[in-house]
This record gives sequence, structure tokens and C-alpha cells, in this order.
Amino acid sequence: MSLRSYLDKIKPNFEKGGKFEKLQSTFDAFETFLYVPKKVTTHGSQIRDAVDLKRIMSVVIIALLPSLLFGMWNVGYQHARSIGELDVWNFWQLFGFGALKVMPIVVVSYGVGLGVEFIAAQMRGHEVNEGFLVSGMLIPLIMPVDAPLWMVAISTAFAVIFGKEVFGGTGMNIFNPALLARAFMFFAYPSKISGDFVWIAGLTDGKGIVDGFSGATPLAVAKSNLVEKLPSAYDMFMGFIPGSIGETSTLAILIGAAILIFTGVGSWKIMVSVFAGGAAMGWIFNLIGINPYMELPFYYHFIMGGFAFGAIFMATDPVTGAQTEVGKWIYGFLIGFMAVLIRVFNPAYPEGMMLSILLLNTFAPLIDHFVVESNIKRRLKRAKARA
Amino acid sequence: MSKIYRITKGLDIRLVGKAETVVTKAPLAEAYALKPADFQGLVPKLLVKVGDKVKAGTPVIFDKYNPSIVVVSPVSGEVTAINRGERRLLLEVVITPDQEQQHETHEVGEIESLSREELVAKLLASGCWPFFKQRPYGVLANPSNTPKAIFISCFDTSPLAPDFETLVRGDEESFYKGVEVLKKLTDGMVHLGVSAKFASPIFEKTKGVTVSKFDGPHPAGNVGTQISLVSPINKGDIVWTIDPQHVVSIGRFAQTGTYDVQKTIAAVGSEVKKPRYYKIIQGATIKNLLEGGTSTDKKVRFVSGSILSGTKISAEGFIGFYDNMLAVIPEGDVSEFFGWALPGLDKFSFSKSFLTWLMPNKEYVVNTNYHGGERAFVMSDVYNKVFPFDIYPVYLLKAILAEDIDAMEKLGIYEVVEEDFALCEFVDPSKIEIQAIVRKGLDLMIKEMS
Repeated sequence: MSLRSYLDKIKPNFEKGGKFEKLQSTFDAFETFLYVPKKVTTHGSQIRDAVDLKRIMSVVIIALLPSLLFGMWNVGYQHARSIGELDVWNFWQLFGFGALKVMPIVVVSYGVGLGVEFIAAQMRGHEVNEGFLVSGMLIPLIMPVDAPLWMVAISTAFAVIFGKEVFGGTGMNIFNPALLARAFMFFAYPSKISGDFVWIAGLTDGKGIVDGFSGATPLAVAKSNLVEKLPSAYDMFMGFIPGSIGETSTLAILIGAAILIFTGVGSWKIMVSVFAGGAAMGWIFNLIGINPYMELPFYYHFIMGGFAFGAIFMATDPVTGAQTEVGKWIYGFLIGFMAVLIRVFNPAYPEGMMLSILLLNTFAPLIDHFVVESNIKRRLKRAKARA
Repeated sequence: MSKIYRITKGLDIRLVGKAETVVTKAPLAEAYALKPADFQGLVPKLLVKVGDKVKAGTPVIFDKYNPSIVVVSPVSGEVTAINRGERRLLLEVVITPDQEQQHETHEVGEIESLSREELVAKLLASGCWPFFKQRPYGVLANPSNTPKAIFISCFDTSPLAPDFETLVRGDEESFYKGVEVLKKLTDGMVHLGVSAKFASPIFEKTKGVTVSKFDGPHPAGNVGTQISLVSPINKGDIVWTIDPQHVVSIGRFAQTGTYDVQKTIAAVGSEVKKPRYYKIIQGATIKNLLEGGTSTDKKVRFVSGSILSGTKISAEGFIGFYDNMLAVIPEGDVSEFFGWALPGLDKFSFSKSFLTWLMPNKEYVVNTNYHGGERAFVMSDVYNKVFPFDIYPVYLLKAILAEDIDAMEKLGIYEVVEEDFALCEFVDPSKIEIQAIVRKGLDLMIKEMS
């Protein structure tokens, strides 16, 4: 029996009045995952573009793959470095070690998030939305590798329930769900997402670390004004540094950016303006220059921490970001600007990108409001000029 | 020299089955129909019953709220069916034609010597009035208004659209005569929109009108796009639009005093064996129309009008009042295994997530499948890329969904009708019924403003 006829056979069980009526959304999600539904148009446009949200979300996941794969390798690399066995481990050992550390986080993130999505969809009687396919991948990539799985689970559940479902699901949310998961973890369990130990697998247990090795991220190093101890710009660009799983390699992120820009899925305007905003603030700090951190070349901010990852994958979220073309420039610029400002001035935590994007998520509707308002004024003026 | 307007936002959808420039005169069809649904804003009241004899030009339907507006029979014959739908909604008045065609005749006289009121009265009585559509709202023109301008788009950029020069060739004099009539109806100008990409000698030779050229992808040929570039509609403005073939019919009326709606349509699409032009009388059934027929090995969809905003009709359905084409495309009622994940070399998409961009000249066979389930607005910037108006489409749509009349007005609802949003609906990855939402908004506005 073919898969299709099997699905057709069991389908009535999941429809209204069937045995598993309560799993209708779940069945539908799996069915539409396997087969694009045969629904046809009746009015309006008789033909529809071949693209759907599943396709678009897949593009984002493909764009995230370089960061994920590099992240896996880097987890192994950093671990081997910390125990002084870099010359003993080969590539596959490094990658395999990292994959074993990262995959559980990915599985937990998807498991918990999709679970919540399926339940919410069933409660509303909607189809399951594809939005979490991307959030589920973003969450592990912005977590420290040593984050306990149960914390990942709670953070994810919080982000999906309070960040998305209470607003009405994908498309209605105000904050980027993945960043909200990280923010939750950051405020609820600060010790597990900051400091010098969580970024490298095994460091928290403290076994077998080479003498004098520090697991501090470049951001933390810069924060302590020990700029001479920073890794080289090349290492930071390539990503051979401690940090959240997917954020370290600017190169891998830029490959993802190229995919997003080419396919038109991510807004290049937001990406460019985030970097422009970061550069502007970095340059202003250079002018002030009262401590060594401020004197860092502005582009160091792009290759340290989560700046690039946030700019490419978080700020460009079409739902929570600015939606007007002019608004995108302002929104992106302010994200970059604020991120560097927070980094340099926030005494408690070295990373500013997360808070900056969440802050601008709050302001995106306001920015758009002013842009739309100017469009309205233009229309009224035109009417008056003619009258 | 005519002014050239350029748009960059939009999309040309490349489909298989463009009409060859061969015009075949179709024999008298088995039946003709008037479909009240073609006329936005008309509340139909019947003037005939089954068995009545009518001539070409005999009133069949009038508007409940504006009884001077009548829709007349396109042919002479007998009313053989009055088809109703749910809640007795009037769907079709079917007329079986006589072999010998007879016409109602009206005294027209010299157009130049008529007053505007006299002319309007004659157009109303003849049945030519429903040719005029009004903006805002995209409804039948109100005879008591004087529009600030009349717009005629003389080319169509929608997929598989006919060449308008072919449609009016042989009727040039009637077209010019019709334009003379239009000039008396407006205080402003009669605007003709032609393509900047190819020459339109017939239209460009029209005298006493403003000819503007438009360059760019679809919807450059939509009259709404042209109005927004030449003279956008403000609150309180009224403009009328009319199809070139209807201008020809008005010209014939002015010349002969009869209601003559012979027109040329293009039969197109991947499932038409011989895509070409046919000369028919408006409202004809498509049964036995196509020489060589359509593909028989699969289910097909017949669309009267543009594929992007036309009407689904049956294999024995009727060509719509305003439609210049009949498209036949495959039905898409098959579920496709991992359709969203496959490379999709044979699929047309605006997004670069399919490989459509690799083959900029390839023509595609597109079926009627949705290619996905309906979702909330997520990809908030895709609509803007195919929408050349100075309007924020998602904001306007959300205002309509919220039924916020004030916001709809501010955001530009006066400037648009459904077809202006057709491309937004086509490219929408969330598969939202955007044109239906726009119509709902327009209906709300009419209700609120009356």
C-alpha cells in the first residue's frame, strides 16, 4: 500500500467525530509535511505561486547550516583546546564531539517548541504553523554549549507560549521567539549564560583543564579592557573562539547571509543598516576613546559575540522587525547602534545584541507607524493640492 | 510626444499557451448569458421571464437602486433559462439565439449636437451604460456623476493576455467614434495607456486624447496602475474606466443606433490545443467554441478573464461581460509528495527559492493548486515587491480585516480595486484570499459612504 493511500485510509480517524479527533492538527501537520495538499483555487487568482511558508522556512534553515556545522566543530575544537589535546584530536573527533554536545540541544528545542505549537494549533483548530521550524534551529545556536537541557526546555516553552502563542501564533508575535528564549534563560539562570565557563563544553565541571586556560569570550576579554589578550581578528572572523554555539564564525554567518539575500528571504536593508549602525557607534567611541575597549576598531564588534548572527538571522525576522522599507533602515541602524552602546556601557553583561534587538522589536511598530503616517500625509497633501 | 511612466515593482508570469495572431470568426453560439455577478454594485431585477422573445438590445435586467441602468440582451432570441443559486441569487439569464438576428434601434443623430444629458440618456437606454466602471470601489458608473477623467488601458500585461491591437483591428473607425462620445462625458481628459515596449499604431493615432506610455512588468497594463501614475484618485474624485472593445461598441452605437457587442477574445493556456483569437458575441457559451478543443487526458479549469482575477466557469459556461480572454489551465487537485522540498524545476515562483530565476525565458504550465496552506501574514515585505502603488498593502489589508473605515480611507482604499492586488495574492506564501479581502473592504466603504 502506498503512503498516500495509507494516509487517506487513516485520515477519517482524525476528522471531526473520528477516534483521534483531538490530534487533527497534528495529523494535518504530518500530512502536509509529506504531501502538499490538493486544495485548488476557486475565486480570485486562479493560480498561485509555488512557494509556501514551508519552503521559505527551509531556505532559512539551509542558511543556518553553515553556522550549525561550524558550531559543532568549534565546540569540539574549544574543548580540545581547553584540555590541551588539540594536536591529538583529528577533525572528525572534534566534529563528532561537538555534534554529540549540540544535537541534544537541537532535539530538545524542536521537541518542546513543536510540542507547544501542536497543542496550541489544536486548541485553536488551526493548521500548525511553520514558524517554529526556524526558531527551533535558532535557539540552540544562541545557547552556550553547557546550558543544561532542562533550562533549554523551559526557555523554549516560555518563548513559544508567552512570546508567540498568547499573541495568536506566528505572524502575530511582537518579540523574536528565539531571542526571547535566550532572554528568559539570561534573566532566570544568569550563571548559566554568562561568565568564563559555560561557553566551552566540560569547563563547568572543571576537569582536566590546562593551566592558565581561560574560557572567556572575546567580548568578556574586551569588557575587562584587556584588549591585548583578544584573539586575532582573523581567528574571530573565522570563529575559532568561545561563544554561543552558532555565533562564533562570522564567515559561516556571511554564507548564510548570502543565501538569505539572494533568495530575498532576508532583508538586505536591515542587514546592511545593522552593520552601519554598529560602525557608527564604534566610530563615535573611537573618537571619545577613554578606555581601551572604546578604542577598538569598530569592525571588531562585528566579529565578536553575536553581532553578526543577530544582524543576519534575528533582526531580519519579517514579523518582529520593521515592515516598511524606510522603517527597515532606521530599525536596523538603531539595532547596531544600541548593541555596541550596550556592549561598552552595560556593566553586568558583555553582550548587547540580544537586548538591542528585543528593544527595537518593541519599537519597530512605532517606527513603521511614523513611516506609514508620512504616506498618509502625502496622500492628504495631494488631495489638498488638487482641491 | 507621449509621456513615459516606468514601474519596477511587479512580475511577469510566463505561461505556456499564448495566442497565435489568427482570428477565427466563431459561428453563432448555442446560447448566450448575462451574469449579474459580472456587474459590481448592481442589484439585479429581472425584466423578462422564461419564454420571452428578446432582440439584441432589449433590456433584460435593471438595477434596483438606479432603475435607469439596464443590462440588455446581446443577441435576439428566446429567454430559455433563468438560473438561480442559493437563496434565489440570480446567477444567469440564458438566451438561445435566433438564426436571423434582429436589433433594437435608437435614434442617435449627430453626437456633436447632443447635450451631455441627452447623450447619457441614450447610452442608458441602449444598454451601453454598464460598459463604464467607476473608481473608487470598482462598481458600475453612476449616471448622475461627471468623472474627472476617463481611463482606457490599451494593453494588458497579465499572463497570456491578448494583444489589444488585434482585438480592435478592423473596428478602428468605431473605436475613434466611441472616443468622441467619451469626450463628451467627462470634464477632464480621456486617457489612453499604451505599452512603451511595443508600438500600438491604432491607439496612438486617436485624436484629442492624452496618450501615455507605460513600461515595466505586470501590472503596468492594469488601468489602476496607470491611473495611480497619471492622476491618482483622491477622496471625492471619481474616474471612469472602460475597455477598448466596449469603446468600439459605443462607437457602433453612435454610428448605427444599435447595441452591437461583437468582440474578439483570446483563447489561451497550456490546455488549449490551438491558442488563437475568436470573434464572438459577448456572453457566448464556450461550448464548441474552441477549434481542436482542449486536452482530454486531464482535468482542466476554464477561466473567463485574466487568470489572476477572472472567474472560474464550467466547460459549458459563458464568457463574462468585461472579459477579453478564455484561459484553460490544468486543475491542480493532486497532492504532491514533498512538493515544498523538491527542487521544483518545472514550477513558477516569484521567490528565488525555486530555480525559476535560472531560466528567465522558460514558459511554465501552472495549475490551480494553492501549493500550501493558509497562514497569517508572515513575509511582510513580499507584497510590496509586486505592488507599484504608493500604498502599504499589508497595512491596508489589515485595516480592512479590522473593518476600520477611517484607516482604510487614509491608507488609500479609493485608489484600488481587487485586480490591483491580484499579484499580491499570487505571490503570497501565506496563501491569503487577498482579492476577496479587498472586495470586502470596498463593499464596506460603499455601505459606510451611502
